[in-house]
Parts: sequence; structure tokens; C-alpha cells
Amino acid sequence: MAEVSVTSEIAASVWKIQAGPGDRVEEGDVLMILESMKMEIPVTAPSAGRVTAILVQEGQAVEEEQAVATLEA
Amino acid sequence: MASPSPEAPLEASLAPVLIANRGEIACRVAATCRRLGLPSVAVYSDADAGALHVAAADRAERIGPAAPRESYLNIEAILAAARRSGARSVHPGYGFLSENADFAAACEAAGLVFIGPPAEAIRAMGGKAAAKAVARRAGVPAVPGYDGEDQSDERLAAEAEAIGYPVMIKAVAGGGGRGMRRVARPGDFAAALEGARREAAAFGDTRLLLEKLVSRARHIEVQVFADAHGHVVHLGERDCSLQRRNQKLVEESPAPGMTAALREELGRRAVALARAVGYRGAGTVEFVADAGAEDGADAGALAADRVWFIEMNTRLQVEHPVTEMVTGLDLVEWQLRIAAGAPLPLRQEEIRLEGHAVEARLCAEDPARNFLPSPGTLAALALPEPGGGLRVDAGIRAGDKVTPFYDPMLAKVIVHAPDRAAALAGLAAALRRARVEGIRWNAGFLADLLDTPEMREAAIDTGLAERLRPRLTPPRAA
Repeated sequence: MAEVSVTSEIAASVWKIQAGPGDRVEEGDVLMILESMKMEIPVTAPSAGRVTAILVQEGQAVEEEQAVATLEA
Repeated sequence: MASPSPEAPLEASLAPVLIANRGEIACRVAATCRRLGLPSVAVYSDADAGALHVAAADRAERIGPAAPRESYLNIEAILAAARRSGARSVHPGYGFLSENADFAAACEAAGLVFIGPPAEAIRAMGGKAAAKAVARRAGVPAVPGYDGEDQSDERLAAEAEAIGYPVMIKAVAGGGGRGMRRVARPGDFAAALEGARREAAAFGDTRLLLEKLVSRARHIEVQVFADAHGHVVHLGERDCSLQRRNQKLVEESPAPGMTAALREELGRRAVALARAVGYRGAGTVEFVADAGAEDGADAGALAADRVWFIEMNTRLQVEHPVTEMVTGLDLVEWQLRIAAGAPLPLRQEEIRLEGHAVEARLCAEDPARNFLPSPGTLAALALPEPGGGLRVDAGIRAGDKVTPFYDPMLAKVIVHAPDRAAALAGLAAALRRARVEGIRWNAGFLADLLDTPEMREAAIDTGLAERLRPRLTPPRAA
């Protein structure tokens, strides 16, 4: 079991969180939606696994490359 | 630099002018205020405290935190800033509160002149369905579609069948390309409907309308102006067919293939719509035109019976400079004069279009990463030098931070030349001279787009930019 860190590809604010700790996800499933410059940018699971932590809250600002969730792949 | 002494009636009714916006349009409005000798007031969020638009005005008022809802969309905060600064009028720019009838009404109720149409006219044109009803009453042809109150899945699916596929599903309260879905087949309708409802909810209104999808469409819009004395004129058209995700990238005036007779007909329709809602100030009547088959004999030809009304934007448009360059007029000055109660400065027959103008929107986004927004700090910035038919409307300068909170548009570059070919070439060359460090932008993509044979031959439609994209933006090595 490998711990996978999911990062934001862009500076943004967290608009909507769609997954929680314990959720089983498939590769490509949307974990949360970020908003940057009036665009919605989904953050997807890089691989199938189980969500171990969501590291941000809705409304929070995130930086590029910032870890926003972890998965157990 | 000495300011000219302002004309008494303008100053007495409007000054100081509070500019309820940010970025390039706030700078643009401040420039005309300055030229006319009218003091202006900027407003800013915490993210914009050091922004160019703050320096462009004579004074500035903080209106709240970075999030638009708490600042540029916060009516109470803006009215409070107007009270503190002693403003007599409010220019809303575009976007934000510019088409919010409640804001227009709140300004008037607070004793401020709203530099825009009456609240009732904004309401009448605010929803796409209401606007279509106005068009029907004014005898202006609109795109075939359904905009009824019955919003059940069954009814909408039946109406889509009746209109004939492909159809567009649009949010009644939508705009800026959001809340729109294209549906090619009946089998895709249910899923598209669900997605469109979800997006529509973000506008606070889940109602949807259906429209016939014109498969090769051009976006042509007519600039209108109305004064408080019953006069309405049009300032010709703009073609805004180059779009990405339903947002405009490049705009030009006149529209390629436009004839004097069709311009007169579209102008007549636009003026009729403005009159139908008791319009005042600057407005834009948007039409969709059937561009004909790509390789057919009718490609590029425009015909009056294949141009339909879509909606009216009750504000100044982003792309207003192309109209300014071909008419030689300052549209913000016209807005200010009309708001002060003056009659329109010119009669219809005195308005002439000369040469060709093209505008490109410089945005902080990465063409190589599917136009992902690209916030960051402008470590270096060199915009093309204005002059000789080249105009740059910018909202940023070197060293500024481009934050994730607002629209990615940084500046507009506009070229006016004797003919279309020269304008396209001049704009492409200007964009290639522009340099930025610290963020990614679309300058190179726009220049490449302007240089394509399709663009040069005006074989344009609203899908062209997306179709050309793979050819223009080779993926960058990571």
C-alpha cells in the first residue's frame, strides 16, 4: 500500500469538496473542484484507492503543487 | 499634467465618478474621466490594493476582502464607498454588478447617477427568455427555440425534438459562456439536462431554455446608444466569432462580408429592441448568423433571413475599442454625457465607419495546458508600444500579482488599419513583440491564430479557434 499525495496543479481556492476520508475512488474520480480565475478545475484521483485525508477546506486558498488530499493506492 | 476644466453640466451631475470595477476596464473608464476633467474614485479589494486601476483614479476606497462576493459584487460595500468619497455617479464597467438591476436601482435610490440603462431595461433584457419575448413583441427574429415556464424533463425533451437536433441548452440567467450545453442526439439529452441544471443553479436560477444550434455560426453584435430624449442610434457591428469555451478571444469591426444593406437591417433591429425596453446609454444587441457550409458556395455570405437575435448586453462590452477605432468615438464619453442628461452627440447619418479594427484579449492562461488559468507574479512585462493605429488597454503592470480571484484577462491589444489584412498582420506582429515572465499567457497562440489562412480568408465561425488549437499549440515539454 503506497500513500499518494494529490496536489493542486494551480493556485486557486477550494470551491467544493466531493470526497471524504475512507471513500474508495477509481482513477480519474473527482475529489474536489477548485476555482481559479472564474474557471472550475477538478482535482482527480491519480490512481484507484482509498481516500485517507482531505487536507483543505472549502473556501481555502491553495498554492500550485500544494497537497490537497492523500490516497492509499 | 494639467487636467482640462470639466464642462459644468457633466461635472455637476456626475463628479466624482465612482468606478465599480477593476482591471483594464476600470483604468479605461478612469482615462476618459481624466480627459474630461472629471475626478474619479476607484474601489479595490484586499487583493487589489496595489493594482493599476487604483493608481489610475484620483482616489481609492477599499471595499472588502479578495473574494468577489465580498468586494466587487457587494452592493452595500460599494454604496458605502460612494458615500465616503462623495461620489455623484457610478460607472459599473462590465461583468460584476454591471447587469445587476438591483444594483442600478440601489444606486438611484441612494441618489447616485447609475451610468447605464434604467433598472427596468436591465430587467427586461436580463434573462434570455425575457429578452426573446421582447424581441417577439418588437418584431425582431430570434433563434427558434423553447423558453416556456414548463421546465419538466418530459416537456423540455419534447421541445428539443420539435426544434430538431442539434440543440443548445442554456441557463436563463447564464452568461459569459457558462451554463450552456450542446446536445447532438436525443440519447444525450437527459444527461446534458442534468448538467445544465447543476450549472444553472450557480446563477441562482435553475430555469433553462432550448435553442436551435446553428452548426456553423458567427457571432455578430450591434453597438447601440440611446439617450434620455428618445433618440437611439447604432454604431455598426462587431464580429466576435473567434471564441474558446464560448468566450470571445478576437473581435473585429466591421464584420467580414457585411454589406451596407445588412448593416442597416441589423441596426434597425437593434434600435427597435432598445426602443422596446426604454433603453438608455450603451448597449449591445447580439445576433447569431448562419455562416453557411464550410466549403459551400455560401461560405462567408451573410443573409438577413439567417441572422437571429440572441440577447442584449446592457452595458459596455469588453470589445468596445474596435467600435471606437472605426468610428473615432469615445464610447465611455458618450456614456457619461448621456448619463448627465445630454442628447446623443451624433445623429445616425453622422456616424461613419472607417477602416478595420481587430482586438485580441491577452489572458493569463496556458495554451499548452488546455488554457488552464495561470496566476502568478508578473516578474517582467513588455506590452506593445501604442501609437500608429495600435492601442493597448491594460489593467496590469510589471511586478503586479495576478491572483486566482478574478478573470484571467490582463489586457487588450487593438489595431486599426485601412483594411482587414493590414489590421490582422499588425495585430499579430504586435502580439509577437509582447513579453511576459512569471505567468503563461496566450499572446503567441493569438498571433498564430491571426496568421492562419482561415482567419485571413475570413472563413470564420464560433468553432474555428477550438478546431485550430491542436495545430497552433504544440504541447510543451515538461
